[in-house]
Amino acid sequence: MTTKILTTRMDAHPTDSHTLSRYLATGGYEALTKALTEMSRDDIIEEVKASNLRGRGGAGFPTGVKWGFLAPDEPRYLVVNCDESEPGTFNDRQLTERDPHQLLEGIIISSFALDVHHAFVYIRGEYPKAARRLQSAVDEAYEAGYLGDDVRGSGFALDVTLHLGAGAYICGEETALLNSLEGRRGEPRLKPPFPAVEGLYSKPTIVNNVESISNIPWITSNGGAAYAAIGPERSAGTKMLSMSGHINAPGNYEIVMGMTWRELIFDIGGGIPDGRALKAWIPGGASAPWFVPDEHLDTIVSIDDVAANGSMIGAGAVIVMDETTNVVAAAHRILRFFAHESCGQCTPCREGTSWLEAVLKRILDGNGRPEDIDLLLDIADNISPGLVWPPLMTTICPLGPSAVSPITSITRWFRPELEAMIARSEVRVG
Amino acid sequence: MTAVISNWSHDNQERAKRIIASYPEKRSALMPLLYIASLEHAYVSDDAMREVAELTGITPVQVQSVASFYTMFKRGGVGDYLVSVCTSISCYLGGADDVLAAVESSIGDVAGEAAAERPITVEHVECIGACGGAPAVQVNYELIEGVTPEKAVALIKWLTATRPEVILTDEMQQLFGGRRSFEWGSTDSEGAVRPIPAFGPYGSVGGGSVGGGSAGR
Ligand SMILES: Cc1cc2nc3c(=O)[nH]c(=O)nc-3n(C[C@H](O)[C@H](O)[C@H](O)COP(=O)(O)O)c2cc1C
Ligand code: SF4
Ligand code: FES
Repeated sequence: MTTKILTTRMDAHPTDSHTLSRYLATGGYEALTKALTEMSRDDIIEEVKASNLRGRGGAGFPTGVKWGFLAPDEPRYLVVNCDESEPGTFNDRQLTERDPHQLLEGIIISSFALDVHHAFVYIRGEYPKAARRLQSAVDEAYEAGYLGDDVRGSGFALDVTLHLGAGAYICGEETALLNSLEGRRGEPRLKPPFPAVEGLYSKPTIVNNVESISNIPWITSNGGAAYAAIGPERSAGTKMLSMSGHINAPGNYEIVMGMTWRELIFDIGGGIPDGRALKAWIPGGASAPWFVPDEHLDTIVSIDDVAANGSMIGAGAVIVMDETTNVVAAAHRILRFFAHESCGQCTPCREGTSWLEAVLKRILDGNGRPEDIDLLLDIADNISPGLVWPPLMTTICPLGPSAVSPITSITRWFRPELEAMIARSEVRVG
Repeated sequence: MTAVISNWSHDNQERAKRIIASYPEKRSALMPLLYIASLEHAYVSDDAMREVAELTGITPVQVQSVASFYTMFKRGGVGDYLVSVCTSISCYLGGADDVLAAVESSIGDVAGEAAAERPITVEHVECIGACGGAPAVQVNYELIEGVTPEKAVALIKWLTATRPEVILTDEMQQLFGGRRSFEWGSTDSEGAVRPIPAFGPYGSVGGGSVGGGSAGR
């Protein structure tokens, strides 16, 4: 049986799943009514705890536990993270464009539970359509009394404001996002204090991902236990995976975790185009260490199994590379991203990412040197000491340590290829 | 407070007021106001930054420090159409470098180079969240998925020949796109009138139902 929570409406109603009329006709806002009339704030938080929902923004932190940390001062804020900029990820875009009321109902229920009266959605500037669709939903919700001074006659007041970013991946990191929302440079803050204690305008703030919040209406309607019963114990519920690269059926898939990577790539993703061989895949976006067929095809797709094998599910981006891929060029492409997106606050990240990019570039250009592999590892070690998993940090945020993933991956799994490329350079130079 | 923007269009003055009122602290309006100011000035000019500084109660230097952090706040050198070719990992695996090369040679420009007098500016960008429909391209941040080098050249010719007033994602997808990351649902009647995100409350929106009303609530 395939269980779907987030994508049922958009699948059944391909043209108008984003409208209020369709949402209401398919059970929409019934969870909110239940929350407002039958449940206390604590009841909702308890259900979310019981659901074992783990944050979908990358770190996998249990949502209910995070909510429990929210400090008591007022005002307090909910900020929804729709910055989605990790290369390979495009599932928050689908959830926001295709079912904006589901997200909005999640925001309203969560705000009620957290006693928040002003919620923000931070949407990356490159997603204007998602912003338009969500703004239309917000407008419809105000008109129908789901937002405003007196939500559905309950006395609960809530405003929702959308905020567009302007092209900076780092603003997906929650404290950088809060700085950006305050009208500042998107530079991550040192933690602690965590946002739940000192967040937006130094007030208690919950930051949650779009997919996390989109699950809240279902959990409210069906109960936390029902959600926890789906999938492996510590990877409960469904997960949106974005599949891209050399795969026959790229796209977003709402899956229940627990299958093998072989099933995911070959059955769900339809395998590799033109019968070519699989060379490697990235299980969780550009930040994640790579997997290879000889080692990982029978590994289970779950947050913990992937972590135990030295990588992460992250925000759910599966990037597939076939045998024609030049892995050094692919690694360079990812390092170029990190070098471009480093905010520059920490020296190891600012200097290290650019340096790694430059060394990979010279190898690609046929100017590699025999010592370059050691040099790559040495620079990487300065950013993330010991090159262990989960990574250790010398930096304010995890962006720097993420940037070493392609380096550890190609030196570990494709060293002969890297050496051969460097050897060819020596012939040419010599 | 709003005297400083008395030369803005009435609509943009209203938008600015609503946006400032929608945040607990006015400095939060800085990014939206930079978008509106660049509608007025065609880009984030010195005047734009002075006006936004006044509106948000900080100094122009502070505004500049923030604006320079974000790649979408352009300090000039951008034509009427900003063509952004994604060359991040998934698009790269799907042949994006060939798309970029085709676009560059078809307008005789180099990506990233300022081209103020040209109607079309080309840049290569990092992932734009359309990796399932790689390679992906945006025009004024409106998306086209599944672009080939040939289709990309046709896109440039079309922009040059027809100079569309409003850039509509569905229209471009129909004409120049291919495989999508997912079904898009019904057609979007709003589109970009400038190389600024087409989001009603911030102003840069053309087409059927212009949004606009609600950012201030
Ligand atoms: C460099 C970096 C980029 C991030 N980008 C995003 C993002 O685009 N979207 C997101 O939801 N979380 C992102 N995160 C994670 C957030 O910091 C935060 O953990 C998350 O939004 C919390 O939501 P969740 O608990 O619902 O997952 C990023 C983290 C880092 C370090
Ligand atoms: S690790 Fe990199 S991105 Fe993160 S705060 Fe430091 S310099 Fe900025
Ligand atoms: S890599 Fe090009 S859209 Fe994601």
